[in-house]
Amino acid sequence: MTVGNLASAADTVEADRQRDWREALAAMALVGPATALIVVFLIGPLVCIALLSLTDYQLGAKALRFVGLANYAEMFGDRVFRRSLENTLTYVGVVVPLSVFLGLGAALLIEASASLRGFYRTIFFLPVMATLIAMAVVWEFVLHPQFGMLNLALNAIGMTGQDWLHDRKIVLFTFCGIGVWQSLGFNMVLFMAGLTSIPRDLYEAAEVDGAGQAWNRFWTVTWPLLGPVTLFVVVISAIRSFQVFDAIQVLTKGGPNRASEVLLYTMYSEGFEYFRSGYAAAVTMVFLAFVLALALFKTWFLDRRVHYG
Amino acid sequence: MIGRPSPWFDLVRHVTLLAGAAVMLAPFVWMTVTSFKPPHEIFAAELTLLPRQWHAYENYREAFTKVPMLRYLLNGAIVTSAIFALQVLVAVPCAYALAKLDFRGRGLIFAMVLLGILIPSHVPAIPLYIMLWQVKLLNTYAALVIPFVISVFGIFLMRQFFKTVPDELIQAARLDGLSEFAIVWRIMVPAAMPAVISFGIFSVVAHWNDYFWPLLVINSRELAPPPLGVAYFRNEEAGHDYGPLMAGAVIIIAPLVLAFLAAQRRFIEGMTMTGLKG
Repeated sequence: MTVGNLASAADTVEADRQRDWREALAAMALVGPATALIVVFLIGPLVCIALLSLTDYQLGAKALRFVGLANYAEMFGDRVFRRSLENTLTYVGVVVPLSVFLGLGAALLIEASASLRGFYRTIFFLPVMATLIAMAVVWEFVLHPQFGMLNLALNAIGMTGQDWLHDRKIVLFTFCGIGVWQSLGFNMVLFMAGLTSIPRDLYEAAEVDGAGQAWNRFWTVTWPLLGPVTLFVVVISAIRSFQVFDAIQVLTKGGPNRASEVLLYTMYSEGFEYFRSGYAAAVTMVFLAFVLALALFKTWFLDRRVHYG
Repeated sequence: MIGRPSPWFDLVRHVTLLAGAAVMLAPFVWMTVTSFKPPHEIFAAELTLLPRQWHAYENYREAFTKVPMLRYLLNGAIVTSAIFALQVLVAVPCAYALAKLDFRGRGLIFAMVLLGILIPSHVPAIPLYIMLWQVKLLNTYAALVIPFVISVFGIFLMRQFFKTVPDELIQAARLDGLSEFAIVWRIMVPAAMPAVISFGIFSVVAHWNDYFWPLLVINSRELAPPPLGVAYFRNEEAGHDYGPLMAGAVIIIAPLVLAFLAAQRRFIEGMTMTGLKG
């Protein structure tokens, strides 16, 4: 080894070190703003909301007191909160199976043949794009007891209509219907992404194996592969359903008589109408617990199995 | 799926899907025809499609004059474009560093991004509201934009895409003397245009349609984005004046629906990716 080689090796090491250092500096500059904002607007508020739920803070108050789990105790003893939780679970329990089942049906039927495929896909997806709050106002008129399209149509075929938004026995299910209408197309395109990712070879192999009929092909090829995708869509759909708020806030304000009160509406009215921030934070924590449990289930369990997007 | 379905199956398929499509379209149809009708036909309690007497001009004129409809649309355009521009500015450099550079703390930052994706935007609302209240920014455009400048979903999406860009391209750019910032904006972003467009669609759709956050932080008409505007319209001006109200709904959903009809594949792709976010 000559002196020249040694010197150039040392130079390379020095250059490497300098490059590493420059790269680290550049990386810091590149991730700095995003990281700072994540801390201030996401992680910070997350910690804040957990701490706030242990206090009696009211917006605008000069001082706050640590009250331990008192907010949670009050919450679970409160009729309104229990009703809200019950309604939310009912909503999720109705909307998820229906919108997943109908979304799957629509995806399979639409993909089964090329005829009018694009046309159907567009129409079924349209409600996903339409501003929900504007459509809520439209739904209110569609459901109008006297002049609404639904009751007029029901009367035309000899059935009696309902007061869909003011009857406390049915109002929650009316919102479930709007929820299914709105989310079906979204689940449909998730399934379509799943369907098109099933390799064509498998269908051909199934055909060779005698699964020539559409029905057989469905059960031997599509279904086993679609199983994990279905689970994925169920979880996504549940997370979205827990967030039901817009239509209820503008149309019924949780009424009549709390019959359509849901978690986010309770959080909104406690936190932003009565400004009981501490209590509203506790309600938020319950909402977060459900959504986070679903999201973690998806991340740790499903994302490893489903090769998606 | 392949194979030749029987004519019988074809018929069942079309009948079922047409029935489904009719249900999906019904509210849109009812909204549109009502926006063309005069009040006495709306309250005639008859199931008719086309108006006997056209009242479209009056209804739409009222939707534009009774409430500041153009202002709502303008607010929506200002807020959604400001949010997306800032999101790109913040998320793209971070995504590049996470995808292509090796540095201490990368794992931790990526973990925070993944955690952020799992948190629905309603959760930090109370602390963010208190924060904005303390700095006296409630009821401003800033209140509508600031909390969304950081898009962890955007970082995640762009990182996934950047990972597929070959390292050689970046090495070559460095040898040409480009700085890391220049590489981000002049090499990576053009290469990742499809991902940027998907990110844009996701962001604009989410924020054009968002009602929850504007409801909390805005209480003046001059600053209301379209969803809040339509709620004001329904609550105050036109509770029972359905013609103009439906015209207002048509106007507010039109921009996104028309954009969707013009570029369906891109929209569906962009929206499907939100499946990741849930």
